[in-house]
Amino acid sequence: MTINEAQDQVIEEFSEFSDWMDKYAYLIDLGNSLDPIDEKAKIPQNLIEGCQSRVWLDAEEQGGKIVFTAESDAVIVKGIISLLIRVMSGHTPDEILEADLYFIDQIGLKEHLSPTRANGLLSMVKQIKLYALAFKAKS
Amino acid sequence: MDTTLDIAAIRADFPILSRTVYDRPLVYFDNAATSQKPRCVVEAIEKVYYSQNANIHRGVHYLSQVATEAHEEARQTVQAFINAAESREIIFTRGTTEAINLIATSFGETFCNEGDEILITGMEHHANIVPWQLLRDRKGIVLKVVPFNERGELDMEAFSKSISPKTKLVSVAHISNVLGTVNPVAKIIAEAHAHNIPVLVDGAQAVSHMPVDVQALDADFYVFSGHKMYGPNGIGVLYGKEKWLEQLPPYHGGGEMIATVTYEKTTYAELPFKFEAGTPDYVGSVALAEAIRYMQKFGLKAIGDYEHQLLQYATEQLMKIDGMRIFGTAVEKASVISFLVRDIHHFDMGTLLDKLGIAVRTGHHCAMPLMHTLGIEGTIRASFAFYNTKEEIDALVAAVDRVQKMF
Ligand SMILES: Cc1ncc(COP(=O)(O)O)c(C=O)c1O
Repeated sequence: MTINEAQDQVIEEFSEFSDWMDKYAYLIDLGNSLDPIDEKAKIPQNLIEGCQSRVWLDAEEQGGKIVFTAESDAVIVKGIISLLIRVMSGHTPDEILEADLYFIDQIGLKEHLSPTRANGLLSMVKQIKLYALAFKAKS
Repeated sequence: MDTTLDIAAIRADFPILSRTVYDRPLVYFDNAATSQKPRCVVEAIEKVYYSQNANIHRGVHYLSQVATEAHEEARQTVQAFINAAESREIIFTRGTTEAINLIATSFGETFCNEGDEILITGMEHHANIVPWQLLRDRKGIVLKVVPFNERGELDMEAFSKSISPKTKLVSVAHISNVLGTVNPVAKIIAEAHAHNIPVLVDGAQAVSHMPVDVQALDADFYVFSGHKMYGPNGIGVLYGKEKWLEQLPPYHGGGEMIATVTYEKTTYAELPFKFEAGTPDYVGSVALAEAIRYMQKFGLKAIGDYEHQLLQYATEQLMKIDGMRIFGTAVEKASVISFLVRDIHHFDMGTLLDKLGIAVRTGHHCAMPLMHTLGIEGTIRASFAFYNTKEEIDALVAAVDRVQKMF
């Protein structure tokens, strides 16, 4: 599945929620079932310190593709992380660098990626792109 | 609630309280961060700009004199509000933060040397921590921290023991912005004075919730912000005893604060102007005075009593929620409730409360060392003002209960 196909799938899923409570209940579910990041990866270098919540992000290259794992101390943030990983993980550096993340806006979660939220998600997206850039430079 | 205040009429004075967020009525419980403004305060600002705006203390022209008088009258209003002995003991600043920085610099540079100690408490806002750390970096002073007990009350025994011949100043919050604790500042001041140590009181959270009398307290310095007391943003107050302010050098240099300037030597103006370099906020001062008159119409005692009922009611109702953890249960407590439910993250709770139209603060509340002591990353904080109602608390409690069930 391409990045855009994955984004469209998420948009489709969220179109079923008519009220925000259902949407957040779903995000909480996603957050609770997110695979925890390897304890060994919970190191300061992988920590994105938001003012409101913290995010750990790790990246690994597997056969030319980058696999991301991430976690947060806040469940809603974890839910959004799970979506970001589903969309961005397992793609080549070029695909990731070119990706335009429109799904966040379309499912009505844009506020969570605003700089004023300070929950670490915006920095996480930037960091994902930086990882792609770094892996690309190495290969 | 048992009060002589007409809360419905008071609410009508605050236009913002009738707005909605996400199509729900706004429930504003972030008053410790900043309070809303009554119409009369906003109108006072408008009046200055529309009918008496001119730079002050400089012009002989009519408008400049009107503006100067209004600014100086505002100073007298503040003086009476906290019962300062002299209006020249009232220095206008940009807020609490600037006032503490002023003392940390002017007092610190004059009276502190390497190894000297400044005493603060474990429940201070960053505004009463970082300026002293900057002084520590410049002067090599030592910052000592007085701990508090499990209810969030200062350990007065530890306070007594922390005082040493090297203590140069005690700087303490009157009311904690996180725990709501009303600290026994009169006692602290009396004890510090017994050792000839002056005391700065951070009154940012106090002046809109209780009557404050700086002479009765015998405070050496008392600081607060206009925006937390129904006044405008960008103005605050440093009260200092004349005998101290006279001994301190100016903080900023510029116009207004000088007597004569030559390239060789400049002499400074008298108090309070020595500490008010540049064009002061003569609009903010007038609006702040209006906010003070507005509160005085009802009386700080009546305001505080009503808010205390809100606090008690909210505490009782919130405690009915399974897993409720309230941080700060001091016997003497102001209308601030910091809480968590089980181990639900404050960001998760805050995000969903926001969707329900409830404005609370989440996070560390600019008191990260305090959070470390409590062993948590942050809390949800509901803080009440006298325009809040029992019904709004019911809405908060229902919302917290609804949200906690989602986790
Ligand atoms: C206890 C306390 N001190 C200081 C401050 C800082 O006030 P300001 O930001 O208005 O300077 C605050 C405000 O949050 C406070 O609650």
